[in-house]
Amino acid sequence: MEEQGPEIGAMSFEEALRALEDVVRRLETGDVPLEESISLYERGEQLRRHCQARLDAAQARIEKIVAGPDGKATGTVPFDAG
Amino acid sequence: MKRTVEDRFGFVRLRGELSGVKRAASGHLYCSLKDEGAVIDGVMWRGGAQRLGFVPEDGIEVVATGKLTTYPGRSKYQIVIEAMEVAGEGALLALLEKTRRRLEAEGLFAAERKRRLPFLPRTIGVITSPTGAVIRDILHRLADRFPSQVLVWPVLVQGQGAAEQVANAVVGFGALPENGPIPRPDLLIVARGGGSIEDLWSFNEEIVVRAIAASPIPVISAVGHETDTTLADYAADRRAPTPTAAAEMAVPVLRDLATTLDEFGLRQRKCALRPVQLGRERLEARLARMPRPEALATQPAQRLDDLGERLRRGLADRAAQAKDRLQGDSARLSAPLLMSRIDRSRDRLGAVRLQPALLTRPLADGRQRLASIFRLAEHLHPERPLQRGYVMVMDAQGVAVTDAAHARKEASLSLKFRDGMVDVVPASTPRPSRTKPVSSSSEQPKLL
Repeated sequence: MEEQGPEIGAMSFEEALRALEDVVRRLETGDVPLEESISLYERGEQLRRHCQARLDAAQARIEKIVAGPDGKATGTVPFDAG
Repeated sequence: MKRTVEDRFGFVRLRGELSGVKRAASGHLYCSLKDEGAVIDGVMWRGGAQRLGFVPEDGIEVVATGKLTTYPGRSKYQIVIEAMEVAGEGALLALLEKTRRRLEAEGLFAAERKRRLPFLPRTIGVITSPTGAVIRDILHRLADRFPSQVLVWPVLVQGQGAAEQVANAVVGFGALPENGPIPRPDLLIVARGGGSIEDLWSFNEEIVVRAIAASPIPVISAVGHETDTTLADYAADRRAPTPTAAAEMAVPVLRDLATTLDEFGLRQRKCALRPVQLGRERLEARLARMPRPEALATQPAQRLDDLGERLRRGLADRAAQAKDRLQGDSARLSAPLLMSRIDRSRDRLGAVRLQPALLTRPLADGRQRLASIFRLAEHLHPERPLQRGYVMVMDAQGVAVTDAAHARKEASLSLKFRDGMVDVVPASTPRPSRTKPVSSSSEQPKLL
């Protein structure tokens, strides 16, 4: 069953969204046994929360790389587009 | 004299065709610049040679700037080239095409090298000038679509050193550790606004092209306008026509995703509720089909009433019927009916009369028929002919003799007459004869 799928926390947004879509499709076909559909639903909810968290966390954070004398990035400072 | 030359020609600008290009092990570049009627030796020290925006080759027309110096040991003067550019657009394009072919032959632009961009990058690295419209456009569009974490690596996008800075930034982003203090981007945008081919030249330089092709992080290039294609564009995983378009390629629209997510949630909830709803509906459908308790009792009660009624009516009907039948029977048992029957029988009896004629007539008939038979019998009596003179001949035994042969054999014959017998003897055989009376009945058949 889907439970053996990858850990939700490690999923990218796209993977989670696709998995959620899959869950919804399976639920919608209606041929999943009731017991299984419950755990499927729970998984769908987890996936949805995971995706939602990614969307909720979306915020612009613009920083600028500060390069050292060797040209390598040494840190960042807030970026103010001039 | 050396001082005079160097002071006098401290800054010269020469245009000519490169020839005899030689890169020494020290990194210095030696060459000659020539035109139709003159030639001058040139040297480019290592630092400058490394910053060259193109690969110097024989035959390329260049504009070199630098100063003149003398080389007293050989009585020669030469130009120390500080900067060198390819002269003329046509020459630049030819050089560009040549480089493109070379890198393409290496497979740097191969379609199978192109990687898919992450659907939703966690961090976007932008390599461009920190000032100007390009970075603003990118940041605005990113903010509109999907506010993201952006790391800007500020670089020169034009002029000496620009190519090195861009290449260094690409390499630098790729070199960031996965979980270091600086978040490593999972998508790079290399961007620059529009400009002339010379302005965009840094993005045609091999160092940039190679850095982009080798980048461990997928790269979107957005250099110049749609019509300008640099070698960096060929090397990138995706090419955006404008910086804004690059931002659109980089991230999906947050609102759309949220809508999709909400829709999934809704559909999922609907799916989860559906069996419950369905079960409820089915239960209700069955409940609706179940009779109400009061209805359960009314039907038997109705039947009971009905049967009671039928019982009562049946009894009454039965009595009425019996009465009818009784009346019918008693009607048939009436005296006049019996009397009429008797009368009819009497009539029929009366009609049958025992008349004596019924008996006397057949008797008379019989008698008459008997008499007539007797009359006939009298005529037929064998002795009747005797009345008319016939005799009957018989032998001794009384048997009628009907032929002569018989008669001759007899000793005696008897002749019977109407009134008696006479015995005779045949003349041939005189023998006593005797006649015997014969019953008329026995002789009858012989006479007939």
